[in-house]
Amino acid sequence: MKNKKKAERITFRSEKEMPVVPMSIGSMCHNKTGAWRNMKPVINLAECIQCGICWKFCPDACILVEDEWPVIDYDYCKGCGICAEECPTKCIANVEEKR
Amino acid sequence: MKKVIMGNHALSYGAMISRSQVIAAYPITPQTQVVELLSEMCASKALDAKFIKVESEHSAMAASIGAALAGARTFTATSSQGLALMHELLHWASGGRLPVVMGNINRAMAPGWSIWSDQNDSLSERDTGWMQFYCASNQEVLDTVIQAFKVSEALLIPSMVVLDAFSLSHTYEVVDLPDQAKVDEYLPPFKPRFRLTPSEPHAFGGLTSPEHYFEFRYKLQKDMEKAPAMIEETGREYEKMFGRFLGLVDPRRCDDAEILLVTSGTAGYTAHVAVEEMRQAGLKVGNLRMKVFRPFPFDKVREIAGRAKKIAVVDRNISYGHHGIFFQEIKSALYGLKDAPAVFGYIAGLGGRDITPSDFGGIVRHALANDRPEDNIVWIGVKR
Repeated sequence: MKNKKKAERITFRSEKEMPVVPMSIGSMCHNKTGAWRNMKPVINLAECIQCGICWKFCPDACILVEDEWPVIDYDYCKGCGICAEECPTKCIANVEEKR
Repeated sequence: MKKVIMGNHALSYGAMISRSQVIAAYPITPQTQVVELLSEMCASKALDAKFIKVESEHSAMAASIGAALAGARTFTATSSQGLALMHELLHWASGGRLPVVMGNINRAMAPGWSIWSDQNDSLSERDTGWMQFYCASNQEVLDTVIQAFKVSEALLIPSMVVLDAFSLSHTYEVVDLPDQAKVDEYLPPFKPRFRLTPSEPHAFGGLTSPEHYFEFRYKLQKDMEKAPAMIEETGREYEKMFGRFLGLVDPRRCDDAEILLVTSGTAGYTAHVAVEEMRQAGLKVGNLRMKVFRPFPFDKVREIAGRAKKIAVVDRNISYGHHGIFFQEIKSALYGLKDAPAVFGYIAGLGGRDITPSDFGGIVRHALANDRPEDNIVWIGVKR
């Protein structure tokens, strides 16, 4: 988690530094896709049954399990709402993102 | 070892003797026998390769790309509509810098449905970043497959080895199969600098922003520019080991030629014969058979064709709304040359119509009779 946040954007000053093949050589974690979000999932932990379904369904691996509770990584969550849709106790609300 | 084989099987033996490790292919007439024999070779273990059956040519090239990315020496073959279906993936192979070698049997594009030869299928793929070698004999087909792997793997650019439908694909000729140990020496195992492997994870071909895409294309072009010298060099090396030179062009009687034919494919060998006949009749005629189309042998063309007074380019293809494709490329190569020769463009043999020695006689007579070309296309043999 900490390494992820530290990921730096890799840029090349000239073609000579670049590999010949277009390929990933670093991490895309510098690209904080949370900025794309219009709707923000918010978990009401009082009603959470720790089933792990939101963690399993998140297509961007943005729901982390910390001390057995789900935590949303808002740096990368794009707000697709799949977690809220799938939550069996409906304890995840999709609220408008205000910036 | 000498064998009497058809052009299709010359491709198969070329892939076998190059020790291809993965073959992914879908059959299409007239290419079918290429992969039939290869599948038999894989089944009998004569060739230690994985043969992947796929449901289309698009998948054949996709599987080839995956195999090459994993570091395997990869071969496939197709024709015409099959090549057209691969089109998207041809860009993926060259842009991904994967040295796949593919046989393409030149077959005219439908409609009307045709299984006979012309070059519009492969020339439509001119700008995909593949090298293209146009062969004129079954021996040249086999030798070129081996050379193509060597050049492709050195430059990380894929190659197409092209031969005419039926006049090569289904025609039997004596072919010398080089000694396997010597081929292994000429063509050592493929060792890619980058490959798809769990021990060193990378994603390939992902989103590339305007910040870097341009440079990848620059690098592809810069490596393509190294190809002409490398083709000549590996061709000379091949000659030293196997006695047959594999160059960019195959000139016949060009040194003092006043009229120079420019040809490709099997029509190029017919033109060689026609040139010898016309020489006996006292005409100063030569024939420049274009072996390699991409990279375009710019320097060779300027050096050899630039000396002639008149050039007659014979195209078994057409770019609709313009003219013959070799014709436009030859004119472009000669542009700006002092005292550049007059260039005449002839279109012949579309859809597998024969191009005969007497056709070349007529072409030379036409070029002799006119100072400058009146038209960009002189049609040879159209019934009108």
